[in-house]
Amino acid sequence: MTTKLTILAEMRKVAEEQAKTLAPLSDDLVLLDSGLDSLCFAVLVARLEDKLGRDPFTASDDVAFPVTLGDFVSVYERAA
Amino acid sequence: MLDRTADVASLRDWLIAADRDRHLHGIAGSVPLAELAHGTSLGGRLPELAGRSVLVATGDQLTAALALIELDGVARRLILCPPDLAAEHRPVVIADAEVDAIVTSGQMDAGELGVRLHAVCHPAIAPMGERPAARHATEWVMFTSGTTGMPKMVVHTVAGLTGAIKRNAAHEGPVVWATFYDIRRYGGLQIFFRAVIDGGSLVLSDAREAVADHLARLGRHGATHVSGTPSHWRRVTMSPSARAMAPRYVRLSGEIADQAILDNLAALYPDARIGHAYASTEAGVGFEVTDGLAGFPAGMIGRLPSGVDMKVEQGTLRIRSNRTALRYVGGGKGTKPALADADGFVDTGDIVELRDGRWHFMGRSNGVINVGGLKVHPEEVEAVINRHPQVRMSLVRARRSPITGALVVADVVLREDGAAGAGEVEAEILRLCREGLTRHKVPSAIRFVPALAVATSGKLARTHA
Repeated sequence: MTTKLTILAEMRKVAEEQAKTLAPLSDDLVLLDSGLDSLCFAVLVARLEDKLGRDPFTASDDVAFPVTLGDFVSVYERAA
Repeated sequence: MLDRTADVASLRDWLIAADRDRHLHGIAGSVPLAELAHGTSLGGRLPELAGRSVLVATGDQLTAALALIELDGVARRLILCPPDLAAEHRPVVIADAEVDAIVTSGQMDAGELGVRLHAVCHPAIAPMGERPAARHATEWVMFTSGTTGMPKMVVHTVAGLTGAIKRNAAHEGPVVWATFYDIRRYGGLQIFFRAVIDGGSLVLSDAREAVADHLARLGRHGATHVSGTPSHWRRVTMSPSARAMAPRYVRLSGEIADQAILDNLAALYPDARIGHAYASTEAGVGFEVTDGLAGFPAGMIGRLPSGVDMKVEQGTLRIRSNRTALRYVGGGKGTKPALADADGFVDTGDIVELRDGRWHFMGRSNGVINVGGLKVHPEEVEAVINRHPQVRMSLVRARRSPITGALVVADVVLREDGAAGAGEVEAEILRLCREGLTRHKVPSAIRFVPALAVATSGKLARTHA
């Protein structure tokens, strides 16, 4: 599975577990409008670290927190 | 040291000469501070509240702010009820803090609490002639956030709470304070006092407001000095509306400020001074670091120019100053530990480690996990997990998170004779946790392990930090 598909699948899983309604996932979706809150993103980043073997936000202090879903995916793709 | 001028006997006195353009901004409306100097938000009930122990339990922050300003110096004691105080704890709070009056915003029926005197605070200020004299050095009672069950209450004075605030500080232009905290929490209350004493206006947050809407409101009111936890600020950096405001001063407190969030904020607000402050409800404001680096310089251990003494003992930071809380309230005689040691030092419970000339915060000595500013006692989560018939024992610990600082994870040892598969048991454990615990306490991952280490004390070996 590509990095992007893994991220989208984990987002749907976290949303379901946390009983959140997920907005339609597109590259320009603003993460804060996605329906996921800080706790959901914390869980998502931890799950992705287990799945993909990397946490780009902890690995480097230089990574800016992403605003859109497209930004979020590209942070992981760049860290690959 | 009490640094008040002789004619200032209460918080309200700071507002007597307030400029007309100074406001308290709530989500639903604004109140000019100058009006409060000559009017009342308590519908003429202020004289009845004089000398009493008053529980301030309003439904919103604006009315809480108004009531606190009016009642300082008038009430004997003010108990700042946080928004999330469970209803079942109210009777204990009322008994322990000897509450004999309640101020609400009309959002709840205070009658059933058995306190006869009930005043309602309104954001509309009515004129008031004669006021009760401010004759009390009012005790401010705050709730600590780090406990299971009944939260602890500590007593502060206004002198101690405002000990870190510079009077008559020089500011470039008008100051508009804002805090993502609730002002009934220590971190938020610090900003409330700065607005009243140091001057300027204050924009209050509201738990129901979306991040983008709140940032837009901060922009509209021209917020210049903005404070919150690192988790609050991470949400800001993720918002397309982050630049709706242009703060001159950005303050972080309440959680460990890591280098990433400091760097991200510096990039987002290049013209802002960025400081991370160390404070706790019990120890008061310790210090602020403004060099843009995580942790604090080794040289700060000892006596600071502010008069705060700091030392590290048994791996945790200890603080002594006239800003620490005076004592705990309630709980019966002798059941509460002393707040400070014989030399007056408060153990903050924060583990620090010296690396490359700086002290870094590593976690809590009592194992409490801080998930985005919300505390989790591992034992509480373990108790829920251990209810599952197939669980032999469990250990709940923190996993580092770049978003919330930490997350809860669990290591679980299953009984050998169990019939169900691990996947099934995991789902059942998580269901138990979701039913019995608030969201931030539910483990984000469960790992099945063959055994857990037990220390010589017979207790689970916990590695904190």
